[in-house]
Amino acid sequence: MESTQEARDVVGDYKAGWHDTENSTIRFDSGLSEKVVRDISKIKNEPEWMTEIRVKAYKHFSEREMPTWGNMSMLEQIDFEKVCYYLRSSSATENDWDEVPEEIRNTFERLGIPEAEQKWLSGVTAQYESEAVYHSIREDLVSQGVIFLDMDSGLKEYPDIVKKWFCSVVPYSDNKFSALNTAVWSGGSFIYVPKGVHVEMPVQAYFRINAKNMGQFERTLIIADEGSSIHYVEGCTAPTYSTDSLHSAVVELVALPGSHIRYSTVQNWSANVYNLVTKRGIAHENAKIEWVDGNIGSKLTMKYPSVILKGEGSHAEVISVAYSGNGQHQDAGAKIHHLASNTTSKILSKSISKDGGRGSYRGMVTVSPKAENCKLNIVCDALILDDESRSDTYPTMEVANSTARCEHEASVSKVSDDQLFYLMSRGHTEEEALALIVNGFFEPFTRELPMEYAVELNKLMALEMEGSIG
Amino acid sequence: MESGVPLLEIRNLHAGIDGNQILNGIDIEIGPGEIHAIMGRNGSGKTTTANIVMGHPDFDVESGEIKLNGKDLLELESWERAKEGVFLSFQYPQAVPGLQVGNFLKKSVASINGEEAAKGKKFRELLKNSMKELNMPSSFLSRYVNDGFSGGEKKRFEILQMMLLQPQLAILDETDSGLDIDGIRTVATGINSSIRGTDSGALIITHYSRILDYIKPDKIHVLIDGKIVATGDATLATDLEENGYDWLEEKVRRGGD
Repeated sequence: MESTQEARDVVGDYKAGWHDTENSTIRFDSGLSEKVVRDISKIKNEPEWMTEIRVKAYKHFSEREMPTWGNMSMLEQIDFEKVCYYLRSSSATENDWDEVPEEIRNTFERLGIPEAEQKWLSGVTAQYESEAVYHSIREDLVSQGVIFLDMDSGLKEYPDIVKKWFCSVVPYSDNKFSALNTAVWSGGSFIYVPKGVHVEMPVQAYFRINAKNMGQFERTLIIADEGSSIHYVEGCTAPTYSTDSLHSAVVELVALPGSHIRYSTVQNWSANVYNLVTKRGIAHENAKIEWVDGNIGSKLTMKYPSVILKGEGSHAEVISVAYSGNGQHQDAGAKIHHLASNTTSKILSKSISKDGGRGSYRGMVTVSPKAENCKLNIVCDALILDDESRSDTYPTMEVANSTARCEHEASVSKVSDDQLFYLMSRGHTEEEALALIVNGFFEPFTRELPMEYAVELNKLMALEMEGSIG
Repeated sequence: MESGVPLLEIRNLHAGIDGNQILNGIDIEIGPGEIHAIMGRNGSGKTTTANIVMGHPDFDVESGEIKLNGKDLLELESWERAKEGVFLSFQYPQAVPGLQVGNFLKKSVASINGEEAAKGKKFRELLKNSMKELNMPSSFLSRYVNDGFSGGEKKRFEILQMMLLQPQLAILDETDSGLDIDGIRTVATGINSSIRGTDSGALIITHYSRILDYIKPDKIHVLIDGKIVATGDATLATDLEENGYDWLEEKVRRGGD
């Protein structure tokens, strides 16, 4: 075990930065090869077709160049040979909390997971390293035919549904990291909501990386059948190590006609995690997909939740916030493709950079020639807290149909002494004043979250503002 | 409170910003329950005085003393002064987009008067009554602090904060400017009900005598070039309204010869 101090020197203080002694039942040697990929599939006892997709994806990954945008110098620091691609700490996914191994249970109890489940969730899954360790869903949803499983169980129990949709939204060849994920994926959520069923309370997944040099590659597939609705919430944390971990997930959403999927994320990885995630949804006629995406932690995040508006009258919304502190780069944004007529989209991106952190908005919105009467609205706001920090905006709009109505606004602001003085004159310390300004700036995002997450996020930002005044 | 200790005591205050001297020796003493006014032209140092008493970090105090109930304020940061009971109604209140008025009021009351003061029925009643007195609809609470407020709304919001925070010393920096006559009357009522008959005090900074018709200050100080050149009762305001500042400036010049 390494010293906490050493870790702190590298990534600074981090609230969820404690870790348990690693007590794995299976840990693969680090490094990636076709054999590793086949072994993962074998250990999971997967059908042949899945093994084949994994191998194809692995080959694509090996040949594919690194992205030539984002933060190339940070990307080059990733040593794929040092990553552990599979680690199992528990031999089964339990649906009785008491059956979860004690150390893992303690971890999630410290993070408040079982408590949240009792209070305000329809279902919960908790993933520790590579595998889901706990899973539960409310009985009434099961009786309505809602499927909410970890992805591995989904593949075992519903192979036909998985085969039909897996890689249908994000092909493995989409990018280097979607290829990597498809090759070595493990865990994640599988959800199917039957026609007309509305899941009123959110379902939640919680991802935790505990071991060092660990790679977590969860795979999530959500299918909302006609006229149904679901809100999925995920949270992520990892302990603070002085060596880097890699999180590379793929999320695919299928919103069938008239359905509504909302996918909310509060990502608070420690500042040594590479977070390279591909999230995409396809919205059919009159369907609605919303990504509510908060990026607070990680070393480098490259993530652009996207929606393909395939059906007429469909709607997409991407509301995101990013906080970049010392040594962090949040390269986040959104992608929306208007393929059908009368489709509408809204992007709201808010970023804060502080202590030399770097925030980038990278967005792409396209309207195809055949898509008539589309409406697009893009708002990007950046708040820079000091002179060492940086914010960039890379918006791309390709509109090939003249009936489209596009609105784009961007702003960059700084916190002024007068603003701080005003709040301080009302009894708030400088740090508290800064937290009020920062939380206010994020408010259009936090109000979209379930209350518990909003409160947590506000607390988190207040902690980030501590010790910031010098 | 100990008898004889003034509420606010400013002694021989010299101060400036970025090397420019603005205040050249100010003396003001306000007793409990008193309301004073400072009048003067633009640039005479009125707002600087207010900012320095509240503790704006951009200003440098070169010499002099500021004491509240005998306690040295210059040692304290502005948030600590707020907790000691100093309140400033800003000439230009700052907007904080995303911060809801209701939430901000609660947090500020909790911070200054303690968590208990911001909870329960008593707080809600005080909030409701104060808003009613200031003609503010309850929908105001869900707006963002000063974000998109009209001039009048900003000023009324400052007074609402004063009424909730119940300060020992309220400094009102041109709270009357930008208000129509009804607004001035409303604000004056708010100030009178917060200060008169209590051991608190107020310092009102203004260009115009109109608000003073409703508030009737105990003393008026006239500031010219960072110095108080005259102190008098309410009639001084009337003189200034009728004759302007020229005669006073003339008097100062002659006195300086």
